[in-house]
Amino acid sequence: MLRGAFQNQAGEYTLAEVRKLFQGQYLNAYQTSVELSLLTAFLGGVFGLLLAYAALREGTPRFVRPALTTFSGVAANFGGVPLAFAWIATLGTVGVVTRLLNSAGLHLYDHGFSLFSFTGLAVVYLYFQIPLMILVIAPAIDGLRSEWREAASNLGASSWQYWRHVGLPVLLPSILGSMILLFGNAFSAYATAYSLTSGRVNLVPLLIGAVLTGNVLDDPHLGQALAFGMVVVMLLAIALYLPLQRRTARWVR
Amino acid sequence: MSRRPSLSALAWLLLGAAYFVVPLAATAEFSLKGGLSRYSFAAYSSFLDDPQFRETFWLSFKLALETIAISLVLFVPTVYYVHLKLPRLRPVMIALSLLPFVVPPVVLVVGLLGVYRGAPEWFIAKPEGFLVAGYVVLSFPFIYWSLDAGFRAIDVHTLTEASQSLGAGWRTTLARVILPNIRAAALAGAFLTLAVVMGEFTMANLALFNTFPVYINYIGETKAYPAAALSIVSFAITWIAMLGLLFVGRGRGRRVAQAESAVMT
Repeated sequence: MLRGAFQNQAGEYTLAEVRKLFQGQYLNAYQTSVELSLLTAFLGGVFGLLLAYAALREGTPRFVRPALTTFSGVAANFGGVPLAFAWIATLGTVGVVTRLLNSAGLHLYDHGFSLFSFTGLAVVYLYFQIPLMILVIAPAIDGLRSEWREAASNLGASSWQYWRHVGLPVLLPSILGSMILLFGNAFSAYATAYSLTSGRVNLVPLLIGAVLTGNVLDDPHLGQALAFGMVVVMLLAIALYLPLQRRTARWVR
Repeated sequence: MSRRPSLSALAWLLLGAAYFVVPLAATAEFSLKGGLSRYSFAAYSSFLDDPQFRETFWLSFKLALETIAISLVLFVPTVYYVHLKLPRLRPVMIALSLLPFVVPPVVLVVGLLGVYRGAPEWFIAKPEGFLVAGYVVLSFPFIYWSLDAGFRAIDVHTLTEASQSLGAGWRTTLARVILPNIRAAALAGAFLTLAVVMGEFTMANLALFNTFPVYINYIGETKAYPAAALSIVSFAITWIAMLGLLFVGRGRGRRVAQAESAVMT
């Protein structure tokens, strides 16, 4: 694939295919993909962190934790086509929740909302992004020792000061690392977007799929160049992830 | 420190639960109602009668079993050998297990189609050949993480030496000493692989094979209510696989493996 990305139809080596990536339609696809992945990684990261902390902190009933992690395992793995249909049945034009809101006088689709748009896709992606965040951040939250909190409050720190100076700085590498993982997860997702938008939102994986099945034009090298671009983005993500991972390892045992 | 449940924590949990339960409840309602005024199982029986449903479901299940078998045969001895003789290679294995993350399925299928362009018909034109080759790559991280956790939990050196000093050869050691000790880890990897393969759409669709997720998508383009019913079935499969995982593998690698597998879908 790497070799193919730098070849043309005649098999000569060239940068032409890779240069095509910077043209309007393709550049736009990378932009949309990156925006969608960044947005869902950030929101998924924040909500996942809050949920995981709410479940793990002292005082929350004991049964919540195993229930949440097991469910997260299921939901994080429940991607693809069935997830798209589940949301169509919920928030699609005749979905259960859409009809409920309609009868309550709130017409979502008249207010510019559509499940089949960028916003809709983000709502659906969060369904597997949040559980993934819960799964990967839970060990880090467990690593926050209660001694640190007690020490801080013995020294007169408020709950805000504890988080500002102890909790968040310790968690930050794990949070950022997990968000990068979420970014990659959203960036490479194909099935959900495919069956939900049928190409209305211009995403890189969908574009590769279209080139590959010959819907656009029959040029295998363009597909390989697009795929190469994806790998480059993922490698950048990993390059950010590894040093954070090392920092995290210092605190989480 | 307060030991009472904090109100804001409970509010967040309820809100989160609503976000995750409502789509499932809505899908279930949608599939049972089928546009009629009363509930029925019509949507479910409509696909149960469809021979395509049985064919594609069976195909996906077969592919999952084949992937599991090939992965275990390939990777149990590999991970064993790395733990026993080449512990320095563990970082390399970990890096390799991250590869399917760097190379998403949609990219992997581009590469595989290129690599196997000249492959014989019986391999490239059959899901049992081409797709399984891709699935073994896709499932490598879960198999590896599960096995690695399993091998870390046992004392490979002592077990091997004890077995050898009793006169066992390599094959006997592997089959009768090592394998029973890492059975839970291998099963955990198998359940994760099952969940992944039963839900894998990207590669199957792009390589034009009619597996179960491809069938669900096809139904979804034509019939809304059976599609909702099939989504519920698919969700149930994931649940079964995850519960299986919960019961067999209480090892340390479990959560990591779950998260890893989630990255792949």
